[in-house]
Amino acid sequence: MLSIHNLHASIDEKRILKGINLEIKPGEVHAIMGPNGSGKSTLASVLAGREDYTVTDGSVTFNGKDLLELSPEERAGEGLFLAFQYPVEIPGLSTTNFIKTAVNEVRKYRGEEALDAVAFLKLMKEKMAMTNIDQTLLSRSLNEGFSGGEKKRNEVFQMAMLQPKLAILDETDSGLDIDAIRIVANGVNKLRSKDNAVLLVTHYQRLLDYIVPDVIHVLYNGQIVKSGPKELALELEERGYDFIKEQFKAEA
Amino acid sequence: MNNELSAIEKTVLTDYKYGFVTEIEVDEAPPGLNEDTIRFISAKKNEPEWMLEWRLKAYNHWLKMQEPNWANIKYDPINYQDIKYYSAPKQKKKVNSLDEIDPELRKTFEKLGISLDEQKRLSGVAIDAVIDSVSIGTTFKEQLAELGIIFCSISEAIQEHPELVKKYIGSVVPITDNYFSALNSAVFSDGSFCYIPKGVRCPMELSTYFRINAEGTGQFERTLLIADEGSYVSYLEGCTAPIRDENQLHAAVVELIAHENAEIKYSTVQNWYPGDKDGKGGIYNFVTKRGICQGAHAKISWTQVETGSSITWKYPSVILKGDYSVGEFYSVAVTNNHQQADTGTKMMHLGKNTRSRIVSKGISAGVSNNSYRGLVHVGKNAANARNFSQCDSLLLGDKCGAHTFPYIEVKNNTAVVEHEATTSKIGEDQIFYCNQRGIDTETAVALIINGFAKEVMNQLPMEFAVEAQKLLAISLEGSVG
Repeated sequence: MLSIHNLHASIDEKRILKGINLEIKPGEVHAIMGPNGSGKSTLASVLAGREDYTVTDGSVTFNGKDLLELSPEERAGEGLFLAFQYPVEIPGLSTTNFIKTAVNEVRKYRGEEALDAVAFLKLMKEKMAMTNIDQTLLSRSLNEGFSGGEKKRNEVFQMAMLQPKLAILDETDSGLDIDAIRIVANGVNKLRSKDNAVLLVTHYQRLLDYIVPDVIHVLYNGQIVKSGPKELALELEERGYDFIKEQFKAEA
Repeated sequence: MNNELSAIEKTVLTDYKYGFVTEIEVDEAPPGLNEDTIRFISAKKNEPEWMLEWRLKAYNHWLKMQEPNWANIKYDPINYQDIKYYSAPKQKKKVNSLDEIDPELRKTFEKLGISLDEQKRLSGVAIDAVIDSVSIGTTFKEQLAELGIIFCSISEAIQEHPELVKKYIGSVVPITDNYFSALNSAVFSDGSFCYIPKGVRCPMELSTYFRINAEGTGQFERTLLIADEGSYVSYLEGCTAPIRDENQLHAAVVELIAHENAEIKYSTVQNWYPGDKDGKGGIYNFVTKRGICQGAHAKISWTQVETGSSITWKYPSVILKGDYSVGEFYSVAVTNNHQQADTGTKMMHLGKNTRSRIVSKGISAGVSNNSYRGLVHVGKNAANARNFSQCDSLLLGDKCGAHTFPYIEVKNNTAVVEHEATTSKIGEDQIFYCNQRGIDTETAVALIINGFAKEVMNQLPMEFAVEAQKLLAISLEGSVG
């Protein structure tokens, strides 16, 4: 579904990603872990098409298409979703109205007809129940005055509404207490299927207690330095990232 | 982000879709302004002597005045002798019914999406259509007359209801008020007149549609609206003009009078031609709008959506004379490319327990400049007066400007005056967030600005609100890359 080959990216001349290779198949959940500043969020942003970053080398194929050639909205249309670490606020724009616009724009991209009010409401009700989100939150201005947990739940709800092929969750657990993490993780688990894939970007192991990944990759200094099964997370938790750093230095 | 222009800063040409010219024969005065011009206009209109005298008095006063220069706008000096002060579509004779209107004129209004055909209108809005200087027709006149409502052009009102015109014209905006209102008083050629009798609730929206068509003309209309005791009216005003290289002057005067327990809701969607992307051409919109809450518990609310004009310079105001009277001002002003706007309101609290509310939303893009200027005055007898003002500015890109000039004068220590102001920028972050959800940049900007302006949009009558939302999006089309 997603193949990343030798991806290099920089911001303001500063090299952040230095040759990422990653292969994700439908139905899989991958986790990317790593210390602060290793390039985790950069990878998420580059995949979503954020303009601040310049791709200097490498390629990314998503469902057979050259992802790097597509605009951010086209990537969304192709089924790529990014749950933001810091969801933005848009005052005066109701969350429902925003999501309705998003759903219909994506449908338009796919050559499908826009959902009418009735069909949209039906879909919304279904996904609200699935992700356990409150109606009042959706009638408020987008993310305005939302607590950290509400913002992240809103991200998961949007993901449910857009039904992406690949969902990238950028530090979705940051700033959340354990109950909020459980709620968010529940939502994500319900959305897992054999046809879609999830890429979790996280600093801590604790999210992985609730969303169990198939593969864990350790990102350090812009490269994936280690990949392994879910047990790798426990090792990291126990030993910290220092052993990775030392190992990497020794190899270098 | 690092080089040249960011996505938000890339400003391209906005297409102005109302920029066509109607080919019609006109009856016009030669350019220039002197007493003869005024006599010519007055004679054309077959006006009574008192009206001509009033005009001449205004003209002579105007001659002694200086053009003001305190606004935060820049423009080349206007040569008042180059302007044509009267231009009227040539009609064969006086029209008795709307069916007799020149088909070319009718087509013009059809093109603007305004049907003058009463049968075809479903929304139930009565319209007075003004092209260049004269009113070409008013719809739903008979139905309104049954309720005692007078809705016609001001020229007609001068003929048919001279006592009302004489009593109220210049009572809110005196001829000596300011440079442009004095000029208007001298040369105004038409406009709308409306009178709602005691206790009548006007059953439909009343609307005036202004269109400048002829080249080299100024448009000076005069609107006079009187709501007698306990009455209610909602009034809409729309404006467009053809695309021309020259700047055209629009100096209108609007006077509203709300008697005891009466309510006037006045909404404007102003979409005069704003000039091209290099700032060439466009309308100078220098308008004086003022209402008076004459009696107790009267209420006047101004709602304006200003997207057009190369320069907008106006302050719809309310004089709160009656005790417990209420004044409101809701404004969205959009400036793009080289547009300039210096707009806001004045709330003059004279009566006791008077209240006012100001909500101003300025949106600037391109290299435009957008200023809010407002005065809240509380007189010494205005015990317990209350005002709340909120002025928000939204910037697109970093080459435009937003300014806020709030003036507060309080002469009564029981008054409560509150002012809040914010300035924000449409962030790359907001746009990217929308993009990531599949929403393209144009649509994202429209969503963000409509969200920003929502509080004001909610004040507009339904059928106008939808139009206004579209207009906001169109005005900023291409202001983000």
